[in-house]
Amino acid sequence: MADPMLPEPYRIARVRRETHDTFTLELLPINSARAMSFAPGQFNMLYVFGTGESAISISGATTDERLVHTIRAVGTVTRALQRLKRGDVIGVRGPFGTSWPMQEAIGRDVVIVTGGIGLAPLRPVIYQVLAQRAQYGKFVLLYGARTPRDLLYARELEKWRGQFDCGVEITLDTADNDWRGNVGFVTALIPSAQFNPTNTVAMICGPEVMMRFTAQELRKRGMRDEQIYLSLERNMKCAVGFCGHCQYGPHFICKDGPVFRYDRIASLLGKQEL
Amino acid sequence: MSVPTDQPAIIERQHFQRLIDALIRKGYRVIGPVVRDGAIVYDELAALDDLPQGWTDEQDGGVYRLKRRADDALFGYAVGPHSWKKFLHPPHLRLWQARRNADGAEFTAETEPPPRFAFIGVRSCELHAIAIQDKVFLQGSYVDPTYQARREQAFIVAVNCGQAGGTCFCVSMNTGPQATFGFDLALTEVIEGDRHYFVAEAGTDRGAELLRELSARQAGDEERRQAAQTVARTAQQMGRTMDTHDIKALLYRNHEHPRWDDVANRCLTCANCTMVCPTCFCTTVEDTTNLTGEHAERWRRWDSCFTLDFSYIHGGSVRVSTKARYRQWMTHKLASWIDQFGTSGCVGCGRCITWCPVGIDITEEVRAIRESEAEQ
Amino acid sequence: MTAQTLEPILAEHPFFQGLAAEDIQLVAGCATNAVFKAGEVISREGEPANQFYLLREGKVALEIYVPERGQVVLQTLGAGELVGWSWLIPPYQWRFDVRAVEFVHAFALDGACLRGKCEANPRLGYELLKRVAQVFTERLMATRLQLLDVYGNRS
Repeated sequence: MADPMLPEPYRIARVRRETHDTFTLELLPINSARAMSFAPGQFNMLYVFGTGESAISISGATTDERLVHTIRAVGTVTRALQRLKRGDVIGVRGPFGTSWPMQEAIGRDVVIVTGGIGLAPLRPVIYQVLAQRAQYGKFVLLYGARTPRDLLYARELEKWRGQFDCGVEITLDTADNDWRGNVGFVTALIPSAQFNPTNTVAMICGPEVMMRFTAQELRKRGMRDEQIYLSLERNMKCAVGFCGHCQYGPHFICKDGPVFRYDRIASLLGKQEL
Repeated sequence: MSVPTDQPAIIERQHFQRLIDALIRKGYRVIGPVVRDGAIVYDELAALDDLPQGWTDEQDGGVYRLKRRADDALFGYAVGPHSWKKFLHPPHLRLWQARRNADGAEFTAETEPPPRFAFIGVRSCELHAIAIQDKVFLQGSYVDPTYQARREQAFIVAVNCGQAGGTCFCVSMNTGPQATFGFDLALTEVIEGDRHYFVAEAGTDRGAELLRELSARQAGDEERRQAAQTVARTAQQMGRTMDTHDIKALLYRNHEHPRWDDVANRCLTCANCTMVCPTCFCTTVEDTTNLTGEHAERWRRWDSCFTLDFSYIHGGSVRVSTKARYRQWMTHKLASWIDQFGTSGCVGCGRCITWCPVGIDITEEVRAIRESEAEQ
Repeated sequence: MTAQTLEPILAEHPFFQGLAAEDIQLVAGCATNAVFKAGEVISREGEPANQFYLLREGKVALEIYVPERGQVVLQTLGAGELVGWSWLIPPYQWRFDVRAVEFVHAFALDGACLRGKCEANPRLGYELLKRVAQVFTERLMATRLQLLDVYGNRS
């Protein structure tokens, strides 16, 4: 087996600025013809030469030739990634972790509830659902962000919203006068969302508080815990269950997650300093 | 590997050097107990004289002291601050090197051949600890190549305990004092009048082969009886006990308990317990570059869940309080470890009690939580 | 449209769902239909809260005027939701501005009329109060989550 700690060099083929603090890197491998294959929801460890590694979800389509990562510049490594330009080389290890339940979702309604940068790990799901639209029932995307300037993938959101078979709702915590859309927390969009609770798979990604309340709101709609999936985040160093940093009760987020079925972690969510 | 049917054999004390020589001859780096800086630690052995002959250790919560024994026992102590994990799971290890090149960057794995270790003096609790780290590094979806290479080659000479330490509780954890698996050779040291010998039992073919090379004679009934008695006596001497009944559920349901605040008032978050623990496996990584920025390295270093950095995610640490960090350590060790690896993470060696500067005692902490429930 | 014919559709509104038929009848006596054009102001801060609204379609914004920022949207509400509870609590004045963001179709309920019926029929009063309390808690929870600024960058 290859050493899971050894990165592969990837070259930055394109840098796209998304918002004031997020950007997207499109990467191509140097030593192979094609980017790694992955499942929606999995993540990679991105290494900046001499600076360090950061765990970043994959946010491109599974069919992309390029490996696509949307990154929020919040720490040393992600800020270093933000300074890189087209042609620069970074190290990539992965893909790691569990994935969104694309198989279980076939034949059912798909409800995605996201907040902030949480949209990025779910974009591969959106691409897949839209590419194989007939395989799924109703498709609902509920997205909460801070302000209009924090909206990720704004152009794509508009495009998806324009599709007749997608229920896309966006809501903001704070809006200026130009904003014509919803204002409020993302959970407020759930009661009126159009889907059949008994035949739906829900996928949630966002800050932990947002996910806790979202799961509760979905349960109020009549969904069972087993139909709800969410993606968690903890400190990660090795990504393969050796370093111990990402422990969450009995789980290692890096290998038992990041995507968990809600019933498996419901009793842990909200426990203090777990 | 077939289970050897060889009978226990006798290695006389005056022939013990032959065992070390044989292992060195076979190309092993022989590691065993030595006295250094007032403690019995594990280090490279060249000769019999390096062993802590005539020494024992006095242990209690926050107390470790070497004392002279009345006899010349070679293994007349319990365990010291070291465990074998420092050899199998090195405290500081370079994972790879990177170099900038025309293509951008090139990553090179470590190619140095792993050292071949022979460990002499491995206690039963330590065999269990090694088996637990095997589960972490070898039996999951990924394999740690460093651990694997070192572990597969290691020759293990276990020594059954002739004396329990003041903080030992292997009997409670079902991990000792008798070595029952995971060794190539297991020795029991017997000192009886002016006789001083080792009853040796092979656990593997290569262990049996070594015994044959040493021309050890078969053990007599009386010698075997003496050995069995030695270990049975040790089992009666445990300095500590821990009631492990339903311990996973006990700790899970007591995530909120005033005892955690109590222990947090004593704990210094110094991480000693995690460093001396033979099963604690957590690490962090360090990235470095040379001055020109052309060459980079990634190093792995033992880490501890007692540091604030351990649980840092952008914006802050998850386990801010001392209470949460002690709780994480103890709950992991005794409860979530069972969910993760199908075994307790504690082998009852007592190191965390002895080497805690303020004498926090894991058996006492469990007892306090358990008894508080009984009172309700 | 008369009060009589409003009953069946009133009963379908989430706020009244499951309410006994006799109670619906009582409530319907205080209800009328209301429509608002996009941009139309439905109520203003400080005005008497004679009415509240149950939205059937369209979206409204709860707003407040902040001198240096202009009209600030605090929250938007859509179909199925209740707008306004000042009719229930003295001094019966709107606390915020309400503006139709899109074309809005709603039931308008006369606050004084409903208060009178609730005083006369405490069982109905308690039932309606429970339902309004449910709305209170949901709005409060959502507001608290908004205040948390969970998507903000703390580092």
